[in-house]
Amino acid sequence: MSPPGRGYFSQELFVKVPYRALALGLLAAMLSATLLGRARAGSDHFFPGVSDPVVREECGSCHLAYPPSMLPARSWQRMMAGLKNHFGDDASLDAATAERVRRYLAANAADAGGRRYGDKLTRGLPAASTPLRISELPRWIREHRKVPAWEWTHKEVRTKANCTACHADAERGYFDD
Amino acid sequence: MNRHHGITLAALSLILPTAATAGALDGILARYAAEAQRSATAFSGFSAERGRALYTTRFGSGKPATPACTSCHGPDPRRSGQTPAGKPIDPVAVAASPTRYTDIAKVEKWFKRNCSEVLGRECTAVEKGDWLSYMVKQ
Repeated sequence: MSPPGRGYFSQELFVKVPYRALALGLLAAMLSATLLGRARAGSDHFFPGVSDPVVREECGSCHLAYPPSMLPARSWQRMMAGLKNHFGDDASLDAATAERVRRYLAANAADAGGRRYGDKLTRGLPAASTPLRISELPRWIREHRKVPAWEWTHKEVRTKANCTACHADAERGYFDD
Repeated sequence: MNRHHGITLAALSLILPTAATAGALDGILARYAAEAQRSATAFSGFSAERGRALYTTRFGSGKPATPACTSCHGPDPRRSGQTPAGKPIDPVAVAASPTRYTDIAKVEKWFKRNCSEVLGRECTAVEKGDWLSYMVKQ
């Protein structure tokens, strides 16, 4: 036994549902999602943050846990070999933790797993150069050339290591602003 | 009966984390006390007052940028501090950060680093216990 008025309902549905509008809407949504995803992933200024909780803790207590894709693997190797004097501080770790951090940073470096994000930032860096500071990369210097000296010494900034002072969304990997 | 159980459990879930935290901190203090007793000097318990002095004294024997604990942690232990690179630091007072002192390895890691930066040497067990005793009372 079919429910009363079934024919009426199905006819109503068939007639009233704006399939064409829905299809167009869906297409538009898919297109913008694709574009947005591409913009995010391919943006010159998106560098995914550290996903490993141990690395986040050890590299993100004193300063922003800098995205590993901002330096080549050789820089991270050099960094991890000199934690005893880490920009003037003793940041040494036990051997197991240090090894975990070293592996993560090297695997996601600008010339390894993080290439699609960090390739442009490390462009122009001589192969023989192994910088420890992201702010020494030729591309970084060019991108920040318009920042006046007083802004760097402002009490809310104080150091070039303080990305979040100007890049509000740096913790999430966005450096567009 | 069920309702009663529910209330008991809810009450326990509120109390237990605090109890566990306090337990961990007591354990850390007991460890520093045992270490202090093993050292040659006579040890007659920790002092929150000495801890306060340790927290606020400008030593100048470590790194020039960080003469005191307060250089980064700020004058009020119940409020957030800031690292030289601009990262916020959770308050050091137990009342403001109840879960701060639960992992002895973490506590030791930061005493080691920060004492070396502020005092230019490692802290003694008495100093660590005094410092924590002060933070408990804040």
